[in-house]
Amino acid sequence: MKNPEEIFEILKREFDETLLSIDNSAPTEPIINIAPIGIMKVSRFLRDTEELKFDSLMVLSGVDEANGIKIKDEDGVETITGGNLSVYYHLYSTTLRHKITLKVTTSRDDPQVESVESVWKCADWHEREAYDMFGIIFLNHPDLRRILMPYDWEAGYPLRKDYKNPEFYQGMKVPY
Amino acid sequence: MYQFLYNLTGNVIIAGTITAAVPLTVLLLYALFAIWLERKVSAHMQDRLGPMRTGWHGWLQTIADMIKMIQKEDITASDVDKKLFNIAPVLVFTGSFAAFAAIPFSSRLLGSEVEVGIFYILAISSLVVAGILMAGWSSNNKYSLLGAMRSVAQIISYEIPTALVVLSMVMLSGTLSLDKISQMQTAYFWNWNILGGPAFTWTKLLLFPFMIVGFIIIYISTLAEVNRTPFDIPEAESELVAGYFTEYAGMKWGIFMLAEYANMLAVSAVVATLFFGGYQSPFGYLGNTLGLAWLVPFEQGFWFLAKGIIFVFVQMWLRWTLPRLRVDQLMTVCWKYLIPYALVNLIIIGIITLL
Amino acid sequence: MALKTDTMILNMGPQHPSTHGVLRLELEIEGELIRNVTPHIGYLHRCFEKHAEAMTYPQIVPYTDRMDYLASMGNNFGYAIAVEKLLGIKVPERVEYIRVIMAELQRIASHLVALGTNGLDIGAFTPFLYLFRDREKILSLFEMTCGARLLYNYIWVGGLSHDIHPDFPRLTKEFINYFRPTITELNNLLTFNKIFIERTANIGILPVDTAINYGVSGPSLRGSGIAFDLRRDDPYSIYDRFDFDIAVGKGIAGTVGDCWDRYYVRVLEMEQSLRIIEQAIDRIPEGDVQSAIPKRIKPPKGTAYARVENPRGELGYFIISNGGVTPFRVKVRGPSFVNLEVLGELCKGHLVADVIAILGSIDIVLGEVDR
Repeated sequence: MKNPEEIFEILKREFDETLLSIDNSAPTEPIINIAPIGIMKVSRFLRDTEELKFDSLMVLSGVDEANGIKIKDEDGVETITGGNLSVYYHLYSTTLRHKITLKVTTSRDDPQVESVESVWKCADWHEREAYDMFGIIFLNHPDLRRILMPYDWEAGYPLRKDYKNPEFYQGMKVPY
Repeated sequence: MYQFLYNLTGNVIIAGTITAAVPLTVLLLYALFAIWLERKVSAHMQDRLGPMRTGWHGWLQTIADMIKMIQKEDITASDVDKKLFNIAPVLVFTGSFAAFAAIPFSSRLLGSEVEVGIFYILAISSLVVAGILMAGWSSNNKYSLLGAMRSVAQIISYEIPTALVVLSMVMLSGTLSLDKISQMQTAYFWNWNILGGPAFTWTKLLLFPFMIVGFIIIYISTLAEVNRTPFDIPEAESELVAGYFTEYAGMKWGIFMLAEYANMLAVSAVVATLFFGGYQSPFGYLGNTLGLAWLVPFEQGFWFLAKGIIFVFVQMWLRWTLPRLRVDQLMTVCWKYLIPYALVNLIIIGIITLL
Repeated sequence: MALKTDTMILNMGPQHPSTHGVLRLELEIEGELIRNVTPHIGYLHRCFEKHAEAMTYPQIVPYTDRMDYLASMGNNFGYAIAVEKLLGIKVPERVEYIRVIMAELQRIASHLVALGTNGLDIGAFTPFLYLFRDREKILSLFEMTCGARLLYNYIWVGGLSHDIHPDFPRLTKEFINYFRPTITELNNLLTFNKIFIERTANIGILPVDTAINYGVSGPSLRGSGIAFDLRRDDPYSIYDRFDFDIAVGKGIAGTVGDCWDRYYVRVLEMEQSLRIIEQAIDRIPEGDVQSAIPKRIKPPKGTAYARVENPRGELGYFIISNGGVTPFRVKVRGPSFVNLEVLGELCKGHLVADVIAILGSIDIVLGEVDR
């Protein structure tokens, strides 16, 4: 069992400095930040190394950091430009019993993250959900389409902080 | 019965109609009773009570359901093949009902005294297959088609073990007519075929185990013929919604249900006649001991119905206990197990009969 | 000249007697053989995660009930543990014991539904009703405690909503004595029934490596032969004080990891839950169940991920707090959502009738898949 600092040291030995950093500020868990293009290599390394063996992806969540500029236009509708979208990965090793949290941050206007579906098949639907709810494009994902919303939902990405429900969907009135 | 009525009225049509109407009435009343019985049996086996409010313990429930069903709108989907769609329930019911013409209800109540009784029954029950296929195809629904295909495969396959066991009984009795087979198993249950047949020779003891095997084979095969669990793949509610009669509503669905219960009684009656003495009583006749000769046919009718209903009850019992077999396992049971056993049984019974 | 054949697309649509909810399965079949299964979900999406961003932490608890509506206690438990981790508070001993007892009773109730509906899909109508009769007894225990039969809103952040009734320990012990023989009855009726074994053994075999890679958890994972249970391997609450075995699929009726194994693991787990309840029910300490409930929940900035062993698998809550009274983000990792992915893998090469058996053995609840 290793703690997150040791895991970070092992990662730093293997990968370039620019890809990684560790964030110890929050009291509950340290988070390792990783660049969006490069997460796939790091994940494969994490899964396959003997001393780490992270064979199970517990959860992959998209988050809207909402740290951009909030613009309120004349209708009172608030939109956010700039800012970040993040993806959090929680990994667990069933054999060595340790956990780690990874975070990938990408820009809100052009969110692109490498898909880790080839490393853990579990990520397939989780990434589809992150795409559906936030609009994060996962590169090299075999089948990136909406999963919870209807396939032809045009009105945006629901879990973003500035999302507004459309008036009509296929002729039906949306606001209840 | 036909002779008797013809002598009474002198008219072919009236005699024929009444002769046909009597089994129909018995069938309809039996269906009323059987549907109620199924609901109560299933309920008590599942630790609940079933219908309790419509009459004493719910015996009027079937009548209530029938009234509801008759006044339902007859919905026909627009894309179905109308002619086939409408004829299918009729064919299915006719196939089941026509079998009753050759089954003796008592020594006086026999629909038609054909010499080829059991052979006719096997043949006319095959009309059901055509009806089911029509129903599945014309519904224009993939589920119905799947259900109909499975049902047809099942019924056709399971007719073979049935025919083989019937053949062995025919060899033993020497006649195809069910009436004569019943008469040969004269009163007292040790004369019944299941216990070896009417003759009191040592062949009777030899035959006994093979009769049991034959009875089990034919009971299982007829269970598959009528699409009851464990062989109810065609109507598997959890897989195919309702199989080949998914698209039927109202009275047409009612006819399918009626045909299913009629079929159940028909095969139970055949099994009872072949193996358990048909309308013969196990203990001798009250009418004979009291000297009232006219009472005997009624007693025989009572015993016949009792045996039929007991076998129907066992069919219901099996339905609510066992899970259902998958369609390829069903076929495996038929072709790899029942048919070889039935063939071997046939050969052995043949050899014993020759002795 | 070869016959040109084409595959048929059969839609087990959102409304179907056996899909355990509104799930649409698109089957590509050739005769009766399955070539491909594509699940389409989202019909029960009720936007839990978006709602959670607009409500205060205590207000979210009733909403967590409704995700996996057959195992509400577990849902509440997971959420409570996640927020307590963020706040850094510790709950009294009495609360811990009662939470464990409720979670285990809920596990038995949920498995009863899973086993019953599994049997129902295979065609055995009667065990379903017998198991529901037993479930009624558990539901009356719950009703006595918190007033609700299905969606409890019982395990709050920092404590419980009501204390247990004084008769609760006695009635629970009566239930345990009543329930043990019924497991034997179920085994005689369904588990070792030859036809049931024919339908479920060697069907839908899930190898261990595939299972872990797909993130499968719960009885579906343990049916593949690996003894991984969050209550033992990543203990939360006071599970490390109890002595219980982990039920593992051994391939008794067929191969390791088939549908029968997953079914049998659930039967064995019910027995183990009874053991845990027996050990806990006599040792409940005195105390006040509401003493640790904070007046105002305003966690410091940070993230927390907590997971519990729900009857269907690993339920995880990932909560991000930005210091306010409402969470910034709540992400729920529903076990059924993750377990359902593996359906496509399992169904290849089987018949249409097997899809139902496999779906029943994975045991999903659509409320959790779609949230």
